[in-house]
Amino acid sequence: MSAARVGVVTFPGTLDDQDAARAVRLVGAQAVPLWHADRDLKGVDAVFLPGGFSYGDYLRCGAISRFAPLMEELVPAAQAGLPVIGTCNGFQILCEAHLLPGALVRNASLHYVCRDQKIRVEQTATAWTNSFASGQEIVLPVKHGEGRYVASADTLAALEAGGHVVFRYVDGNPNGSLNDIAGIRNEAGNVVGLMPHPEHAVEELVGAPSTDGLGFFTSILKNLVNA
Amino acid sequence: MTDSVQRAAETPDEPMPFAELGMKQDEYDRVKQILGRRPTGAELAIYSVMWSEHCSYKSSKVHLRQFATKAPKSEALLVGMGENAGVVDIGDGWAATFKIESHNHPSYVEPHQGAATGVGGIVRDIMSMGARPIAVMDALRFGAADAVDTRRVLPGVVEGISHYGNCLGLPNIGGEVVFDPCYIGNPLVNALCVGLLRKDQIKLATAPGPGNKVVLFGASTGPDGIGGASVLASATFEDESQAKRPAVQVGDPFMEKLLIECCLELYAADVVVGIQDLGAAGVSCATTELAAKGTGGMDVDLNLVPLRDPSLRPEEILMSESQERMMAVVRPDDIPAFMAICAKWDVPATVIGEVTDTGRLVMTWDGEVIVDIPPGTAADEGPVYERPFHEPAGQAALNADTPDHLERPADLRETLLKLLGSPNLASKEWVTSQYDRYVRSNTVLAQPADSGMLRISEAIAGAEPTTRGIALSTDGNGRYARLDPYAGAQLALAEAYRNVAVTGAKPLAVTNCLNFGSPEDPEVMWQFAEAVRGLADACKTLGVPVTGGNVSFYNQTGSTAIHPTPVVGVLGVIDDVAKRVPTGFTAEGLRVVLLGDTHDEFGGSEWAHVVHGHLGGLPPRADLEAEQALSTVLVEAAARGLLEGSHDLSDGGLALALAESCLAQGVGASVELCGDAFTELFSESAARALVAVRPEAYDEFAALCARHDVPCYGLGVTGGASLVVKDRFEVPVEELRAKHTATLPALFG
Repeated sequence: MSAARVGVVTFPGTLDDQDAARAVRLVGAQAVPLWHADRDLKGVDAVFLPGGFSYGDYLRCGAISRFAPLMEELVPAAQAGLPVIGTCNGFQILCEAHLLPGALVRNASLHYVCRDQKIRVEQTATAWTNSFASGQEIVLPVKHGEGRYVASADTLAALEAGGHVVFRYVDGNPNGSLNDIAGIRNEAGNVVGLMPHPEHAVEELVGAPSTDGLGFFTSILKNLVNA
Repeated sequence: MTDSVQRAAETPDEPMPFAELGMKQDEYDRVKQILGRRPTGAELAIYSVMWSEHCSYKSSKVHLRQFATKAPKSEALLVGMGENAGVVDIGDGWAATFKIESHNHPSYVEPHQGAATGVGGIVRDIMSMGARPIAVMDALRFGAADAVDTRRVLPGVVEGISHYGNCLGLPNIGGEVVFDPCYIGNPLVNALCVGLLRKDQIKLATAPGPGNKVVLFGASTGPDGIGGASVLASATFEDESQAKRPAVQVGDPFMEKLLIECCLELYAADVVVGIQDLGAAGVSCATTELAAKGTGGMDVDLNLVPLRDPSLRPEEILMSESQERMMAVVRPDDIPAFMAICAKWDVPATVIGEVTDTGRLVMTWDGEVIVDIPPGTAADEGPVYERPFHEPAGQAALNADTPDHLERPADLRETLLKLLGSPNLASKEWVTSQYDRYVRSNTVLAQPADSGMLRISEAIAGAEPTTRGIALSTDGNGRYARLDPYAGAQLALAEAYRNVAVTGAKPLAVTNCLNFGSPEDPEVMWQFAEAVRGLADACKTLGVPVTGGNVSFYNQTGSTAIHPTPVVGVLGVIDDVAKRVPTGFTAEGLRVVLLGDTHDEFGGSEWAHVVHGHLGGLPPRADLEAEQALSTVLVEAAARGLLEGSHDLSDGGLALALAESCLAQGVGASVELCGDAFTELFSESAARALVAVRPEAYDEFAALCARHDVPCYGLGVTGGASLVVKDRFEVPVEELRAKHTATLPALFG
C-alpha cells in the first residue's frame, strides 16, 4: 500500500506548516504541501490546517483565510467526509468557515500564553483521536493569544449532549474557554479543531517535554487504513 | 520648490537646518567641502542621518577597533564586523549568523512599537546575510520593578516583542530581564537574532555591475520614524520626549514573515547580486552603503519609491524608517523571475534605479537632480571623534566603599527566600510565557535554561543532515560595570561563555550591545573606553572573536547616565545536540558537584543590592584562565555523557543556583558546606558551575576536572522534596516555587 497522503496548508502568515509536515513524515505518511491560492487539494487523504497568523490575523483570526481559493475546495470536501484537523489558527479558520460551531476570542488574561498544558481526550471516535484511550490525559503545548472558546448556550449544550467536545483543559484553563473546552469535532467526527499543538510534541529532543502529539498522526493513519 | 543641485549651486548662502537635524557646524562645513557647494535638502538629509552617532559610530569607532586589532585567530570567522551581521563556520558546511542590537530610546517613547520594531530590525539584518532567521532573544533592562513607569514600559515592551516575534514565527529562546532604578528613564531593549545558512551562500551588501537594477521591495514608505536615527537615537532625553512620539516606527510582522519567505526563495533562485535591509536611515543608508561597497555609483529615481502617504517630500522619503523594507541588486535578465517570486508572496517590489560606474550616487525628483554625492563620503567617511575621557570623580570613593561593613545575616534561609523573590532573581515566566518558544520545532533548550539551544539539521528544508546544534546566551551586569567597567565587560563575556558551556556547547563567537550614557560626558566616555578594552582583552584570552554588534549612547536623562551596561552574546556549537545538558537537577540520587573556587566577593552582588541597597567596592575577579578550563571540562564531560544536569553560578551565588536547580524539575537536594556558610552560599565569585553527576560516573568526572585543574567539590546528592543545607536550613521545593513565581505576577498582573 502506498503511504497515506496528508495535505498541509500554507496561507501567507502560516507558521507551523513545516512542523506539521515533519510530524506527518515521522509516522510514515507523506506530507503534501497545499498552497492557499490553488484551488487544488491534490487528491490528499486528509488535511492539516496548521497554526500561525494567516493574513496577519488582520480583521479577525481566520476571517480572511476562510475566503482563500483553497478553502473553496476544502469546505465541500470536509462536508463530504474528508478528514480535516485545524490546530490553533487552523481551528480559528475552521470556525470562521463554519465547519465547526462557535468562535475563538481573546484570552481572558489578555496575554498571549505559551505553556505545556495538560488536556484530557474526551472523545476517541474521531478520525484524529482513535489512537487515544477515552479519558486519557496528555500534555501538549498551547501558544496563542486568542484561544478562548465561546459559543451560544444552545450550541454549547448541543456540543456537550452530542459528545462533540473532544478535548478539555485539565489543571488550569489557559485562556478562559467555556467548559474548559480545548477542542471540538463536527457531527460526523471527520473535522476536529483544537487550540493545543500536537505537532510540537512529537520528538524527545525538541518542543514540549512530551511525545503525546504523535497519537493524532497515528490516529489518522489508522483511520485511513480502515476507511 | 524642489531644492535641486542646480539651485544649491546658485544659492550658496541659503541657510540650511543642519543643527535641527543634529549636525554640528564643523560637520556641516565638511559636507560643503566634500560637495564644493552647499548640500541640497535631500543631501543634508542623507549626511545628517548617515553621520549621526547611531549610524556612523563616530564616538566609538576609535575604541571599537580593538575588537579587530586584538581579535584572536579564529578559523570559524567567515564574515567579521562591518557587515549587517557576522558569520561563523559551525561545521558540516553550515554557517550561523547572529547579532544583537539596541532599540532603547524608541522603547521608552512607545514601548510596544519600539520593542516590536527592534525585533523586526535585527531579523532583517540576519536575512540580509542570506540566512534563514531561526530564533530571537531579548536582553531587557527596566527601572525599579515597583516604579509606576515600569508598569507602563515593561508590559508594553513584552507585548511588542511577543506580538512581533510570535507573528513572525521565530522562537524566543532566552534573554534577560533586569530591574534597577538607573534604567527608569532609559529602559534597554536589546534584541538578538540568529540565522542559519550554507557556508557557500553568504550574501553581502554590495551593488556591483553597472546596469544591474536596484529593487526596493516589501512595505511601502510612510512618514514613520522620520528623523528617528538622528533625532531619537542620538539626542539625550529631556522633558519634551513625549513630543517625539511620531518618530517611532510602526511594525507589521505579517509583512516581515512574507519578506523572510520571499527572500529565501529569491536566494534559492539565485537572482540576488547584493542585498541590504532598510533600518535606521532607510533609503539613505541602503543606497549609500550598497553603492559604496559595489562598483561605486548608483542612479535612483525617488519618484518611483512606492509611498503610503503621497504627500511625502524627497527628504522625508530618504529619512523614513518605515519597517519591513529591503533593497536588492538584481541582474536585468533576472528581474522577471525576481518579480514573480515577490508576487507569489504578495510582496510589492519596484525597480527604483540602477548601478553605475560614475562613482556618484545620483537621485532625481520630478526630473531634477536633487542628490549628487560620492556615496562613500556618507557611508564610510563620517566624522571620527577622539572624545576626551577621564575616570569619574567619585569612582575611587565608590570602589573604597566595600561591602565589608554590611551586616551579614544570621538567618540564611530567610536570606535565600528574600533573594529568590526579589525582582531580578524571581521567575521570569510572566514574561517568557508570552513568547512562543516552540515554533519551527528546533528548540532543544529555552528559557529558563542557561542557554537557548537549537538543532540545525531541520532548520533548512532539504539541507544536508548534521547532528550539530548551536547554543546562545546573553549576559551583562550593569552594577559590576559601574564598579569597574573593564572587569564588568569581562564578567559579562565570562558569564555568557559559561552559560553556553554548561549546556555542553563550545563557545565560538561573540556579539555585543554596548549601552552607555552620553559620549560627550568624559566620565561616561571613560566607562565606554574601559569596557571596550576589557571586552577586547577578554575575547583575545578566551579565543572568541567579536563578530559584530551595536553601540547605544545617550542612555541618560538630564545629566544622569545609566550604569554602563555592556550586554554580551556568545554563540557556541555542540557536536551532537542530543548530548545537550539540561539545566538543573533532573533525577534523584545524583551527586551534586560544585566546580570552581569561592572567595569572599560581594561587591555589586545581588545580596548587597537586595538586602542593603548597597553598591560599592569591586566586582568579583574575572579569572579568564579559570573560565576557559571550566568550559573545557564542561564541554568534554557533556560529550562523554557524564553530566545529567548543570547550572552556572552567577547572581545570588550558590544559594540561587541550588534553588533554581531544584525548581527546574521539582527535584530536591541535600548538600553540606565547609567554610563560612554565608560566603559559600551567596558570594558571586566567577568561573563556577554546579553539575549533577551519576554516582558511577563521578570518578571519571573528577579525574577530568583534575586534569584541567578545575576545583571540584562534592556537595551532596539530589532527591527528596526539599533543598536541605545540612546543619543550616531546609526549604521545601514548593515553598521555593511559591516565592520564586509570585513576584512578577503580583507586580504586573
